[in-house]
Amino acid sequence: MLKEKLNDTFELSNDEKQDILKHKNYYESSRASSIEALKIVQKNRGWISKRALYEIAKILEISASDLEEIATFYSQIFRKPVGRNIIRYCDSVVCYMYGCENIKSFLEKRLDILIGETTKDFRFTLLPTCCLGSCDKAPVIMINDRVYSNLTLQLIAELLESYR
Amino acid sequence: MKKILRTSETHPLTWWLNENQDVVWIKEYKKKGGYLAFEKAIKSIAPSEIIKIVKDSELRGRGGAGFYTGVKWSLMSTDENINIRYLLCNADEMEPGTYKDKFLMEKIPHQLIEGILISSLALRVSRSYIFLRGEYIRAENILRQAISEAKKYGYIGNNVFGSNLSFEIFLHSGAGRYICGEETALINSLEGRRANPRFKPPFPASVGVWGKPTCINNVETLSNIPPIILNGVQWYKNLSKSLDTGTKIMGFSGKVKNPGLWELPFGITAREILEDYAGGMNDGLTLKAWQPGGASTEFLTYEHIDIPMDFSSVSRAGSRLGTALAMAVDNTVNMVSLVRNIEEFFSRESCGWCTPCRDGLPWIVFILRDLEKFKGHKDDVKLLEELCYRLGPGKTFCAHAPGAIAPLRSAIKYFRQEFDSCLESSQIINIKFIKGVQPNNKI
Ligand code: SF4
Ligand code: FES
Repeated sequence: MLKEKLNDTFELSNDEKQDILKHKNYYESSRASSIEALKIVQKNRGWISKRALYEIAKILEISASDLEEIATFYSQIFRKPVGRNIIRYCDSVVCYMYGCENIKSFLEKRLDILIGETTKDFRFTLLPTCCLGSCDKAPVIMINDRVYSNLTLQLIAELLESYR
Repeated sequence: MKKILRTSETHPLTWWLNENQDVVWIKEYKKKGGYLAFEKAIKSIAPSEIIKIVKDSELRGRGGAGFYTGVKWSLMSTDENINIRYLLCNADEMEPGTYKDKFLMEKIPHQLIEGILISSLALRVSRSYIFLRGEYIRAENILRQAISEAKKYGYIGNNVFGSNLSFEIFLHSGAGRYICGEETALINSLEGRRANPRFKPPFPASVGVWGKPTCINNVETLSNIPPIILNGVQWYKNLSKSLDTGTKIMGFSGKVKNPGLWELPFGITAREILEDYAGGMNDGLTLKAWQPGGASTEFLTYEHIDIPMDFSSVSRAGSRLGTALAMAVDNTVNMVSLVRNIEEFFSRESCGWCTPCRDGLPWIVFILRDLEKFKGHKDDVKLLEELCYRLGPGKTFCAHAPGAIAPLRSAIKYFRQEFDSCLESSQIINIKFIKGVQPNNKI
């Protein structure tokens, strides 16, 4: 699977190109649209491969190294294949007091991976994140685009089942 | 717990909320008098006059630093030859323990938009940006819809209210990293660069994003602008019980009965918030320590609980008001472990630009982890104090490092015996120090 994902013949789809161009024109400079461009491609493909990086840089007319600089700095841009669902558990201070370390070890055990890794079937990737702004409802985790609060291990176990 | 009666007189930021706390969309917002302040400003108040009103109101920035907004605005270059200026709304809320900007954006988005429009008018800005944190997806969707509503009603666009002015609000959503919340790092990030802070001077007010004069204000700060314009300076000043004017979104989280946030007058005591609003500590727990406003503020103890929550009182007590969303630490929490968690956050989020912060913070984390596991070394606490000094104010490129060591330094100050007792239980390994060389068995 990984091999397939690293395939060299990479091409951006027309929709992706259009979308990137739209943002490129909308921002003040094409460089400013680079985060948005990376997000567009990542949304479709899950992660940003080296080939993708070159293709995006071409459209934005900036150097690939400038783009790489961005892609490696920001925590939400993935440079390695990730699972279909991204689990981010909040490990900041309020959630810490509400037992986020138990959540972490529970998830690691349940998914049989360590933090930062992806399950073999590419179903889940597990990542930490800083405070999700729901500290009054701690502990909190985020799966893909949704935030779940006031969690218990039991609830998390049930939640996982609803993501394929 | 207190029953809260919100009126436009006493709760200018949150009285818009309806019972179910749904999003206040434009219809409801307008019905309750929304956008009247913008109309008043554009029709009858000169930009310089708006700046003066905000200055007189003594509104202070709500992002954490507490700089006077009116003063910040008046620093903006007024050079007639410059026809492009920017207003950036800092919505990159990521300070652990803080959840107020998200609340304002998700519940009353039009108040922020109106605040941005009035501020743009005052600062002669036609294009403003909201720099939103990437994870705030719900807030993003709500803001997008609110912006398009405001466009439909003609508040955003060309020739607003028949004037020759045009306004545009651009929503930019980030891709992570705490440091983006630092003003100049935010500028770099918006330009599509790594979010390393920039050297000051020049200040953003003269050379900011894309080299143009730029003003950066927090979400809550901007949300305060419409009520000030509508109701006047005197009214605004009278809201508060202290020298700082207006109201502030404050809160309490941690093991309290009713964690949450409330709009309260400055000067209310931390005890009142904790007991009357947050319902006190959970049964069986007592308050041991608390942070007044976010992870980068110094710990205070139970003895400080009666201090008024305003900028000067909290700093007199040895901490910072920060974002005013306080966090309670109960008696079951070990300070060494708690601080280790906080330092892991700051260490992970260091932008890596300057050495004390990039290398010092991981070092602090190693030491704390060792202490926590009773594997400390004889001089560890002293070493931590030394590191607090090396990462202190003025020694690093930006305020990240001084903010990072604030909780550590204060925890050692008030709870030294907890650190020491970790050491006492440790099987002390006496390593031989070679002068100037860092022992690497920490790693
Ligand atoms: S203090 Fe830390 S965050 Fe600030 S510039 Fe230096 S390395 Fe970056
Ligand atoms: S600390 Fe977890 S949501 Fe704020």
